[in-house]
Amino acid sequence: MRNIFCETLIKHANDPSFVFMTGDLGYMALEPLRKAAGTRFINAGISEQNMISVSAGLASQGFLPWAYSIAPFIYARPLEQIRNDVCFHDLPVKLVGNGGGYAYGVMGSSHHAIDDYGILLTLPNMRVFIPAFDSDIPPMVERLIHLKHPAYLRLGRDEKSADFDPPPYSPWRKILNGEGPALIAVGPLAGSMLNSMKALNSNQRPSLWALTELPVTFETIPAELKADIKSSNHLIVAEEHVAHGGAGEMLARILLLNGEAPKKFTHYCAQGYVSGYYGSQSFHRTESGLTAETILKDLKK
Amino acid sequence: MEPLSKLLHQSQKRLLQMHFESGVGHIGCNLSCLDLLMVLHHRIMKENDQFILSKGHSAGALYITLWSLGKLKEEDLKSFHGEHTKLSGHPAPNGLKEIIFATGSLGHGFSLANGLALSKKLKKEPGRVFCLTSDGEWQEGSNWEALIFSKHQQLESLTLIVDANGLQGFGNTKEVAGMNELRKKFESFGVSVEEIDGHDLNAIEKALSANQKGPRAIIACTTKGKGVSFMENKMEWHYLSLNGDQYRQAVEDLEKS
Repeated sequence: MRNIFCETLIKHANDPSFVFMTGDLGYMALEPLRKAAGTRFINAGISEQNMISVSAGLASQGFLPWAYSIAPFIYARPLEQIRNDVCFHDLPVKLVGNGGGYAYGVMGSSHHAIDDYGILLTLPNMRVFIPAFDSDIPPMVERLIHLKHPAYLRLGRDEKSADFDPPPYSPWRKILNGEGPALIAVGPLAGSMLNSMKALNSNQRPSLWALTELPVTFETIPAELKADIKSSNHLIVAEEHVAHGGAGEMLARILLLNGEAPKKFTHYCAQGYVSGYYGSQSFHRTESGLTAETILKDLKK
Repeated sequence: MEPLSKLLHQSQKRLLQMHFESGVGHIGCNLSCLDLLMVLHHRIMKENDQFILSKGHSAGALYITLWSLGKLKEEDLKSFHGEHTKLSGHPAPNGLKEIIFATGSLGHGFSLANGLALSKKLKKEPGRVFCLTSDGEWQEGSNWEALIFSKHQQLESLTLIVDANGLQGFGNTKEVAGMNELRKKFESFGVSVEEIDGHDLNAIEKALSANQKGPRAIIACTTKGKGVSFMENKMEWHYLSLNGDQYRQAVEDLEKS
């Protein structure tokens, strides 16, 4: 996704309000953007706190700054700068974190971001974007450019199979019909869920929805999804994020508040470091039970 | 600097009155930087210039300075630190054009000022950017990130002012986490530094008007609680509020000065 993100931003780099800051990351990826943006591509050095406040200063003067790092470094170290300088002032600083969730795999826990959007969504005015497919990036960047508020873009890896052509971008998209439970997958997990679920018989097959923007409100949940939840009376949420502050909690809360809670709710999410051993993204997902195989097994019970 | 001295005197008294009536502390560190803020705002800053108060606990001194400029009214000052006020104990986002950023957590302001100065550089816009920090605040690591950035990006419009009153929240700065010669540290980052008496109005004006290209730093040696005999260089006046007797004594001290 990072390369498409870079290509997309290059198209906007001539806009006088464009400015891109990186915390010394982007080697072998962002060089073309650096070339295109010239003096408005700034390597702020390994200093995330300063980078965020500088971005806030720029945004206060009419710039639309992008502040980039790998996902774990863009939100945790400079959290107070994000809260006080960006969010309290409702400034359009766009935080970009590459490799959300367990994406950095065996690099270790310091490089994982499994609590990123939960933490950020506690802050005022913050919006979160989690693209599911490569093709989501251009329309999402367009939305981010027009959004006059703080935002966090969590980049991952497109996990769908090559033969699937995603529907046009929307924060909610139904990508598989089924008569089973309503399954909401956040971001790229939607792709791998789709690959495993499509072969199921329709009576077992979940109706699969890709969710790519947070927070969600009851009003913006599509009527068709509400109907899917109602008819199956079972909602499943899968996300590469801890339970606290995740999309699962958020959805359960708003469905309860609005008297539309299904009888059954299952949440597949990041469980941290279950065995104390480290491995690939797939290793940590498996340890967390955050795989299509686990969900299928549970569905057959 | 006769007319400003007179206005400064009124402002000192108005500051004490505001803190007395609201029962709010932080008086010592407001008095240490009031001279700096008054000279900066009345004598130096022009239309395109911008200011960030990084030591947000000196909000009172900033509000009084803005009052002395006619940007805040008497009734605004009366609401200070009360209910339904725009003037909280540390500047909050309050819609005042002169307070571009809310501050209060130390170690943010200088980075924000870097952002404003970078904006001027990228847009090739005129004007200068000033930022006032405390001295203890330089224990915050983010400030050093900002110092590296300011020099590397050659932010020529940027001037840092340090209110070096030598006292912080729970002790003497030298005893808490001494930064032994802040001047040398700044200079080693390639930033030009001038050290001045932060209560000498002419020296402040001269240092701030210097036609030198930034980023530059002015270390203003100041006295916490300046002008009030029982407050001067007393750490406790970081927190204490005035009782009636103390207020009368403080006003008397200022009138004598």
